[in-house]
Amino acid sequence: MTALNSKIPAGSLGDKWKNHKFNLKLVNPANKRKYDIIVVGTGLAGASAAASLAELGYNVTTFCFQDSPRRAHSIAAQGGINAAKNYKNDGDSVYRLFYDTLKGGDYRAREANVHRLAEVSVNIIDQCVAQGVPFAREYGGLLDNRSFGGAQVSRTFYAKGQTGQQLLLGAYSAMNKNINSGGIKSFTRHEILDIVVVDGQARGVIARDMITGEVTRHSAHAVVLCTGGYGNVFYLTTYARGSSGTAIWRAHKKGAMMANPCYTQIHPTCIPVTGDHQSKLTLMSESLRNDGRIWAPSKQGDTRKANEIPESERDYYLERRYPAFGNLVPRDIASRAAKERCDAGFGVGTSKLAVYLDYASAVERYGRQEAGKKGIANPDQNTIETLGREVVKAKYGNLFDMYTQITGENPYKEPMRIYPAVHYTMGGLWVDYNLMTSIPGLYACGEANFSDHGANRLGASALMQGLADGYFVLPYTIGDYLAGTERKSIPNDTKEFMDAEKAVKDELNKLISINGKSTVHEIQRELGLIMWNHCGMGRTESGLKEGISKMRALKDQFQKDVKVTGTNEELNQTLEKAGRVADFLELGELMMVDALNRNESCGGHFREEYQTEDGEALRDDANFMYAAAWEWTGESGKQKLNKEDLNYEFVKPSQRSYK
Amino acid sequence: MSERHINIKLKVWRQKNKSDKGNMEEYALSGVSTDMSFLEMMDTLNEKLTKEDKQPVAFDHDCREGICGMCSMYINGQPHGPLKGVTTCQLHMRTFNDGDTIVVEPWRSAAFPVLKDLIVDRTAFDRIQHAGGFISINTGAAPDANAIPVPKENADEAFLAAQCIGCGACVAACKNSSAMLFTAAKVSQYALLPQGQAERYRRVEAMVAQMDKEGFGACTNTGACSAECPKEISISHIARMNRDYLGAKSTSNAI
Repeated sequence: MTALNSKIPAGSLGDKWKNHKFNLKLVNPANKRKYDIIVVGTGLAGASAAASLAELGYNVTTFCFQDSPRRAHSIAAQGGINAAKNYKNDGDSVYRLFYDTLKGGDYRAREANVHRLAEVSVNIIDQCVAQGVPFAREYGGLLDNRSFGGAQVSRTFYAKGQTGQQLLLGAYSAMNKNINSGGIKSFTRHEILDIVVVDGQARGVIARDMITGEVTRHSAHAVVLCTGGYGNVFYLTTYARGSSGTAIWRAHKKGAMMANPCYTQIHPTCIPVTGDHQSKLTLMSESLRNDGRIWAPSKQGDTRKANEIPESERDYYLERRYPAFGNLVPRDIASRAAKERCDAGFGVGTSKLAVYLDYASAVERYGRQEAGKKGIANPDQNTIETLGREVVKAKYGNLFDMYTQITGENPYKEPMRIYPAVHYTMGGLWVDYNLMTSIPGLYACGEANFSDHGANRLGASALMQGLADGYFVLPYTIGDYLAGTERKSIPNDTKEFMDAEKAVKDELNKLISINGKSTVHEIQRELGLIMWNHCGMGRTESGLKEGISKMRALKDQFQKDVKVTGTNEELNQTLEKAGRVADFLELGELMMVDALNRNESCGGHFREEYQTEDGEALRDDANFMYAAAWEWTGESGKQKLNKEDLNYEFVKPSQRSYK
Repeated sequence: MSERHINIKLKVWRQKNKSDKGNMEEYALSGVSTDMSFLEMMDTLNEKLTKEDKQPVAFDHDCREGICGMCSMYINGQPHGPLKGVTTCQLHMRTFNDGDTIVVEPWRSAAFPVLKDLIVDRTAFDRIQHAGGFISINTGAAPDANAIPVPKENADEAFLAAQCIGCGACVAACKNSSAMLFTAAKVSQYALLPQGQAERYRRVEAMVAQMDKEGFGACTNTGACSAECPKEISISHIARMNRDYLGAKSTSNAI
């Protein structure tokens, strides 16, 4: 077993990061320009890291597969970003954000990492405002907040339902400033197909130019992976179609450990699946749970339209089961509760796999408030609804429009139908406190790493973590590593680079030469179904075992029978997709191996054998209080398990209660 | 709304690469669900082509929820198709009727060369942003977020400009291939905020200079850009940019 050293500094919770920053080695300004750093992915983590590193003086090269760094999928994050500013005077603090995040993650994250995240959260908001990010404001000109799941304070900063877009464009603008001044060289429409390791250290990447098909070698003193999550292994998800696990998986096969791969976030409020043609699912922001109420009919198999079901026959099951948090319970809990209702026969819509998210009472409440503000005494119902809808439109208009586009229905007049969908992966590359993977010189930031969310991520915390890693953590920690390495530039024509380049080319040619009958799309859909049915919201030992054998058969089919049209020497979207699916087939298998190993339920990982009498996740702290870090041994599904014990020094883990 | 199935004919621009001349090809698709998005319909076409051993149609797409700005396409001569305020990926087939012929083409603009089929090169947009689309603040140097109050009206107006997804529909819609709306959206966002004041005039000069260098045309106030913008960004931002540009040019000859 490889020793896992998390490098968590000693000392009190509040002093760890402060002391650690002081103890980290520094690189002097004149020497910084002698170091090259490659950043892969330009979402919140990648763009913020690239900009901050370039500002320090390092030579930064970025890669993204989109045609512009601005299009990374962070752009689609809707609801907001958490920060412990306590601008609302409602009792928030760094410690409370730390505690909520740790508890929300069902006590499967590192205390020290989560506390650091809460500490730097306040700097993120300052940074973004200074960049010109147009957050929502109150009439006094100060920043507005709203509430998100798993918290009883209002600490979420937002820009309508487009917070991710605005934060990413802020980080992209910071990149642009550094591209302009020569600190960053940006490659777009390039996909990273391997990590090059020289003498045990990450020294570069192999990229494919997606326009010409040319495979190129790029060297650096350190490589930072900010490539997001791997949820597309489930096929139907809220991820962008291009989001993949390829870079982290190829890093895994070069020696980087994958930690807790089975921890998947299934988001409770997505537009339900309607048919076989669908290519993706669309999220309806968690912010909608601020004002919307979730319900199912209290009668099984009720076929009436939502508006025909009287109040007395509606079951607001979250408010019933969790009176303290109500509709704002964490995501894993809200998702399971929706599944429970549908499985028990209370689902709605044609598929019966949906529940309602209802805005009628919010419209009524806002309408009365507005009528009061306008001095309308005894307003009639029509006036109340008209005024109320205007307020709801101002707050959530773009989300309601999106719902209308996809479903052809009007959510202002009838409740939305929603169902859980795959949204985020808490698992990822194992990193130490410095965000370094088990390959020296290879770092992972944002969703690509496993470190801060435990077994369930709270809403509005992904943006926080991506930016925390990129703006305020990595720029400190990477210097500690670089200070101990040689400054002379790394050649890109050594044996390791040439071998890696050849392996990538061989793999591409192999995919094209199979020339079978199964399309990449067919295999990807099948892969998604296996994952959803066997490793989705409810997992069992027998189901996982069956899933693993199905996955192996599918991988076999892929290797013998996949059909990839065209050549490598051109823009070839089928070839791009085939490479990603090949990696997902192995990654999916490891997810199921991990889920099978973890004989407990925690957060988003729900093993049906392990639940409380009320159907809540039942942890087994005595046996599973660890991060499972899987090490590649040369064969898919045969990874070696390394355990990093989670030591809770400051908080006593308990059964999560949101009642 | 209930699902229907329709038969359609597609006329799609096919072009192997940048130097290929390109031509329109016709395809028939039957039994298309009206619940499909336009891109899912294109997926179906591609699956069919693949099975027939033909090259699928290359098109840009990513988030498929109308925010990344990756998807493009002229649909029946309109950028992002017939609906107002909707990107191609959010356009659904219920907008079309049985028997329709749908013409699909890439953006047409000298500054956006076609790379393959429906994919164009929009890196000119990035270069305009590199020239000045930022506020020069380094990480760690920011004052408290609430130190400078911003009137809600200004913050909201800045947000409306900042919603630009950089898809290029404005350029595609413009008879002059002008990138004024795209450039103005960023100039205007920062001009409305106190944080953007220090570099306000320098920024507008630099961004407009780069815009001209990329070969985009001039603005003749037709308003097609704003009418076709999937985020409905107002042409008033162009007016604000023009005012700033005039002011900048009358006092500076920096660029």
